[in-house]
Amino acid sequence: MRIRRILLVCLLFFMSVDVAGAKKKTPFVTLMTHDSFAVSQTLLDSFQEQYGAEIKILKSGDAGAALTQAILSRKNPLADVFFGVDSTFMSRALSSGVFEPYESPFLRDITDSLKLDPSNRLLPVDYGDVCLNYDKSWFLRKGLAPPRGLADLILPAYKGLTVVQNPATSSPGLAFLITTVRKYGEAGYLDFWKKFRVNDVYVTAGWSEAYYGKFTRAKGGTRPIVVSYASSPAAEVYYSEKKLVDTPTAGVLSAGSAFRQIEFVGIIANTAKKDLARKLVDFMLSPAFQKEIPLHMWVFPANPETPLPDVFFKYAQKAEAPTILLPEAIENGREKWIEAWTDVVLR
Amino acid sequence: MKFRLQTWLVVVPLFFLGIFYFYPLISIFFLSFMPEGAFDVTKLYKLVSTSYYVGVLWFTIWQAAVSTLLTVIVALPGAYIFARYDFKGKALLQNLATIPFVLPTVVTAAAFHALLGPRGLVNTILMHLFQLETPMIHMDQTVWFFLMAHVFYNYTVILRIVGGFWSRLPENLTESARMLGASDIKAFVTITLPLLKPAILAASLLVFVFCFTSFGVVLILGGPRYATVEVEIYRQALHLFNLPMASALALIQIGFTFGLIAVYTRLEKKVAVSLTLSGSQSVNQKIQTPKERFFVVSNITGMAVLLGAPLMALLLQSVLTEEGPSLVYYAGLLENKTGSILYVAPITAIANSLGYALGATLIALILGWFSAAFLVSSKEKWALVLDPVFMLPLSTSAITLGFGFVIALDEPPLNLRSSMFLPAIAHAMVAFPFVIRSILPAWRSIPQNLRDAAALLGASPLQIWARIDWPILRRALMVGAVFAFAISMGEFGATVFVVRPQTPTMPLAIFRYLNHPGSLNYGQAMAMSCLLMITTALGFLFLQKIKPRYGGF
Repeated sequence: MRIRRILLVCLLFFMSVDVAGAKKKTPFVTLMTHDSFAVSQTLLDSFQEQYGAEIKILKSGDAGAALTQAILSRKNPLADVFFGVDSTFMSRALSSGVFEPYESPFLRDITDSLKLDPSNRLLPVDYGDVCLNYDKSWFLRKGLAPPRGLADLILPAYKGLTVVQNPATSSPGLAFLITTVRKYGEAGYLDFWKKFRVNDVYVTAGWSEAYYGKFTRAKGGTRPIVVSYASSPAAEVYYSEKKLVDTPTAGVLSAGSAFRQIEFVGIIANTAKKDLARKLVDFMLSPAFQKEIPLHMWVFPANPETPLPDVFFKYAQKAEAPTILLPEAIENGREKWIEAWTDVVLR
Repeated sequence: MKFRLQTWLVVVPLFFLGIFYFYPLISIFFLSFMPEGAFDVTKLYKLVSTSYYVGVLWFTIWQAAVSTLLTVIVALPGAYIFARYDFKGKALLQNLATIPFVLPTVVTAAAFHALLGPRGLVNTILMHLFQLETPMIHMDQTVWFFLMAHVFYNYTVILRIVGGFWSRLPENLTESARMLGASDIKAFVTITLPLLKPAILAASLLVFVFCFTSFGVVLILGGPRYATVEVEIYRQALHLFNLPMASALALIQIGFTFGLIAVYTRLEKKVAVSLTLSGSQSVNQKIQTPKERFFVVSNITGMAVLLGAPLMALLLQSVLTEEGPSLVYYAGLLENKTGSILYVAPITAIANSLGYALGATLIALILGWFSAAFLVSSKEKWALVLDPVFMLPLSTSAITLGFGFVIALDEPPLNLRSSMFLPAIAHAMVAFPFVIRSILPAWRSIPQNLRDAAALLGASPLQIWARIDWPILRRALMVGAVFAFAISMGEFGATVFVVRPQTPTMPLAIFRYLNHPGSLNYGQAMAMSCLLMITTALGFLFLQKIKPRYGGF
């Protein structure tokens, strides 16, 4: 009796799964991306109106983890389009063969210097400068000068003030590590990190944990310096409950202390929905989508003609002479840098 | 005829093991020795030659050893009072103490977050009390955070194994020593401790193995700073996409766990033998002197705090919001918000978990049943060979298994990566040794003469089966089913690799929530952990209720 009842429950369950699956007949295209992806529902709806298909968003962890999953399952694709490959992971993405080329007509509107892949398997969507952000009022209260560059971070006065991300699991973390490699050279960057560790640097796994968890602007946060984006201060103004005339945070933009991160979109090879996938890529490069990037993802749109919202125009910053490293150079160094960094900073 | 069939049924579990255990494992071997198709041991060599990986291995051993030592020290007094004293509520307490052990690791991690994390109960209270703006206790990202969690869930292993052994040690030896003038401590060190040694060793080894292969707790509570071999396999494979290195690490992991389990099996036999030699359980004492009362009461209080506080904190944190007590976090589980970190509404994750668990239970029951049928009916020689083979998945870490699935089962002829059944199969592989262990003793306990007598009286084989075997086996199957179900519901290590992000399970959803700041994510992690905790605990208490009737495992 009991067994029969259990079987019945199983049966019902699988049937209910089928019914739930059968109800949704609207065609859809799946966009795999990282956890920080954000756009408005109106924008997503406008795609559906235009092309009669729904965009399903599949968030799969940090940029690195999401890309690895896409590569690991390339023989059985999880999605049709992938957004969020950045310059640090570009070589890996291209050599894995997970993307197929697509020369979108919208590419001609995009800044040329952002197009790092001549084969057009990865198309630039946005860019931003990864740099240190600091809490202005905290430094004012303590009577301490805010950091001017990387070198300040290892001074005794700045002990225990900084939170960074693990380069093994976070793309801004990796971008910041590369910035230090670039600034201090292969011979010197580990020395910097050794001193940084002595100066009690805090390491989180991902960006949101650092910015919304440990940064002093977050509830319960204790660190007034965080690795984030040069455009983050604009978000602070935009989201603040009080009307602000100035940003509560600022980026450290001095030469050699920032890294230009470009984010790309690509069509996953062997997708069954190639047409829809192409439409989605076009959509992401189109003015309507580009216009949403600043206030939702807080980075700069790749189309330079995109009108910037006021708050972004006023408060989002770009670094002076950000570090730009070719994907091949990053690919050659990444594993070695991350291992050495882990050994020096975490163990 | 029936016996023939029973023997041939073994083909099914063997076939399953071949495809879903040996094949993935062989793929791992190939990937570590021949990463690019040609023989190349540089990855393996790198593993032993660079300080990074030696560091990981050393840390894994170190943390397991420290966790074991701490657990033994903390649990030994508890084992003593459970072995020697008789008091009210003892059986209930012993059952409750086992709950941490059966909890999914993700829930354990969530519970410690709820108690001692930066937004945890203790910090919230302290911040209110002293009007602080920032948390006072910084446990996260320290090694103590997960060492405590290890003690928390292994406490009962020492309590049960050492306590059980202790209660059968003759008390009169110690008493004679005391009579001859030895102090309490001296009597303990020179008499009791040497006698307890095999039990302590066996229990410690078991705890050591659990901590050695610890994954979820270290990943969630340790932060980026700490990595056991398990965590490193996960990071190398899923974050750094260094599959050859992940395979090489998995290989090392397999070697270690096999070795440890082999040693444990030996030790366990020794303990079992001495147990039967020392005869029946000695009489439990009543608590008499105030000193004894103090010892027992303080011990139970300590136990209650260690084992109860994290679980209470979890329950509280799931209903405490910034606006006071409310069920918003539970209600939130029903919504699928745009921009949420889960692809589906959290309630779907619960449905997924239930679905996978039902599937896994069904598969594990069939495999376990067929294996046990073979082990009962075949010649002893064969049983001796195959019994350990069926137990192999037990001594392979879930991470290794999941990783093997991902690299082996994604291309023809076995392209199962997008199959809905893959997670259920992975869970079934982890669970089916438990099912065998539940059924086998019951099946073996059925006396053959009972069947013979029935046959003599004219019962058909079917009738014998229905009237004698089935009533006994039914209960054992139920036990196995509950085990398999609970294991599948809480499985995390293999799931991380195998499940597609479109169909997350409860442990995966909890993990995702815990990784993202924000009070809603945090609260939902707590709420979902509570649901999972309650499911597992109920299953376990149900087992406790039906188990004693037939004895055995």
